Amino acid sequence: MTKTTSILLGGVGGQGIVLASKLLAHVIQSHGYDLKISEIHGMAQRGGSVLTYVRFGSEVHSPLIEAGQANYILAAEKLEAWRWLPYLCRGGIMVCSTQEIKPVPVIMGAERYPEKVLEKMQSLAADGTLGGLFAIPALEVAAACGQPKAATVALLGVLAARLEFPRESYLQALADIVPARFLAANEKAFLAGYNYF
Amino acid sequence: MTKKLLSGNEAIARGAYEAGVRVAAAYPGTPSTEILEHLAHYREVAAQWSCNEKVALEVGIGASFAGARVLVAMKHVGVNVAADPLMTLSYTGVNGGLVLVVADDPGMHSSQNEQDSRNYARFAKIPMLEPSDSQEARDFVMAALEMSEAFDTPVMLRSSTRISHGQSLVTLGRREEVPLRLYVKDANKRVMMPAAARQRHAAVEERLLRLQEAAEKSPLNRIEWRDRKTGIICSGISYQQVREALPEASVLKLGICYPLPPALIAAFAAGVDKLYVVEELDPFLEDQIKAMGIKVTGKSLFPLTGEIHPNRIAAAIAGKPLATPLPVPEDTPVPARPPVLCPGCPHRSVFYALKQQKLLVSGDIGCYTLGALPPLGAMDSCICMGASISAGLGYEKGNPELKGKVVSVIGDSTFFHSGLTGLMDVVYNQGSTLTIILDNRITAMTGHQHNPGTGYTLQGDATAALEIAPICRALGVRRVREVDPYDIRALQAAIKEEAAADEPSVIISRRACALLDKSAKPLYEINDNCRNCGACMRLGCPAIAREGDSVTIDPALCVGCGVCAQVCSFNAIGKAGATTDDENN
Repeated sequence: MTKTTSILLGGVGGQGIVLASKLLAHVIQSHGYDLKISEIHGMAQRGGSVLTYVRFGSEVHSPLIEAGQANYILAAEKLEAWRWLPYLCRGGIMVCSTQEIKPVPVIMGAERYPEKVLEKMQSLAADGTLGGLFAIPALEVAAACGQPKAATVALLGVLAARLEFPRESYLQALADIVPARFLAANEKAFLAGYNYF
Repeated sequence: MTKKLLSGNEAIARGAYEAGVRVAAAYPGTPSTEILEHLAHYREVAAQWSCNEKVALEVGIGASFAGARVLVAMKHVGVNVAADPLMTLSYTGVNGGLVLVVADDPGMHSSQNEQDSRNYARFAKIPMLEPSDSQEARDFVMAALEMSEAFDTPVMLRSSTRISHGQSLVTLGRREEVPLRLYVKDANKRVMMPAAARQRHAAVEERLLRLQEAAEKSPLNRIEWRDRKTGIICSGISYQQVREALPEASVLKLGICYPLPPALIAAFAAGVDKLYVVEELDPFLEDQIKAMGIKVTGKSLFPLTGEIHPNRIAAAIAGKPLATPLPVPEDTPVPARPPVLCPGCPHRSVFYALKQQKLLVSGDIGCYTLGALPPLGAMDSCICMGASISAGLGYEKGNPELKGKVVSVIGDSTFFHSGLTGLMDVVYNQGSTLTIILDNRITAMTGHQHNPGTGYTLQGDATAALEIAPICRALGVRRVREVDPYDIRALQAAIKEEAAADEPSVIISRRACALLDKSAKPLYEINDNCRNCGACMRLGCPAIAREGDSVTIDPALCVGCGVCAQVCSFNAIGKAGATTDDENN
């Protein structure tokens, strides 16, 4: 009986969190694990927080990840990384983008975008609270590969290099799921993330 | 056979397909919408969006009487709309099997209330099945159709957000072609006038006793004996949460959450030291078990509101949570990221204008309910589908001083769902409210479904596209006009004039949903005339942000609607060189 692994993926509507979880699920399934995925489809198509839980192991019961339970977090936006940080378990790994997308209360001036988030996570990594912090400018990395919309796939590359599955499984998942005309740029972005650190 | 990763909704559709369902009808509603979208791919199934849930169930009833197997789906509040036919369908029974899928939303991820639909099964005296993952979602739909035909009853299947939008592995089978059942006219069973209905009510009560007996032996209900110190009765998603939280506990898993099996429950209770019920929302199981004279603990430990997660179960029953939040510095608060009207949303200017004119806004259900949030904040109430127009009339009747100040705001799909009768009531009862129909040419909030105004069916066939203006005129409204909401001056003038009119009036604010409008438009940018007055910020457009002492428009988000340029008094917003084609390919 293998222990259940929990991966939380968070971002902003339109960033491709659902695609990233689909790719991850494809890889996990190809390795014969039981898995559960839980998504919340929010009220609006765009602009709100998007959250997906991916859990796998020999037998998975609850589809949910609660605070302190995630082994890994993939956050496609910096504030979202900070929002979900308490969901990591002690020693858990944070993979995040340095991209900032201001929520409306910040745009309106009612609230402030949190400052020094990366530095604060860095010191949590230094004292061992986090097992690792892997932050990349995912948007720029993906743009350099010819497709800024593949930013979250680049982040998936960073996460993939920390998970137990071989690189080839992800490339297979990309080939099976991503439409042919976007495939090359997505593969490039994935590998750029995979080899970033 | 390899397993497929399916959402609960996809699995429900698959189960219906495999079980030979021929007709499926629904009105979209989160989290149930994708059931019909998946069924629509199977050409063996006549799958349709109905105008509302009542109509969907009635179509299902006719199809069942005609001998076909039927699935009808809706979100929890949809059952309120369909409750009228449901209560009497219980009396008539079915011919072809009929399953009514209802998707509850504990925690209200995207709903206006979190009513517990299990009460409907008891209310209508019909069975309800409750799957706890995607495999069961498929299997239970098939079991529900069998049960429906075997017991001559509609069967409800209750999903929830975590089942419908959760994905897990499913073993698929092939479709079984189930022949149409013979149609024999039987007026005593299907024409529900008092004399016949009295007979049928007795049959319903007798059927319920037989269903209870069947529930005692059904494989859908099962005892999992583990450690006998703790026994837990649960169903649906709560089963998974209990297994996660207390893997050693004995469990009575109820696949049939109504009617309950008293002997099975008594046997389980006798086999454990301490008995609990874990259920979200109402003490539905707990109350019935207590009425059986069995000692059980439930809602004294768990809330009546929201979802119940494993941590809470472990803490309440085992005295220890599964995990605690990672300690992080608390000096950095996290701003909320609420959903917002999209950049270029044609609803935005309407709410901007309504707020400027300080009108009382009777709202409705759709993306446009977001017009209630700051900075627009232009909505006074929102109750249920279709309530805007009738409640608007009520405001005016309740306080005659509000005459000329009440505006009812409703979307195109919601108008077709249940707005027509309200508008008829305004005309008939001599109201003078203004109704603004936000016609964005699609059912947007649930993910762009077709409706009677779009010209296409669920399965993609071209069909009649109903025009809203002639409908309003036919209902007796003489003042009906169409406005393009991107022309904010024309919109403001129309609202001012029509709100003041001493008779019912309708403005159709017509412009396609910004997510569907692919036409190239020039982007807008701020120029040196900007005095940082903040007028454009009052639109609440996510593309417009304050950067220090100035305002900027994000070219990656701007879709070129041009509304901001019209609200600027200093000509500080103009067309940029680029178009939406360059930026948002």
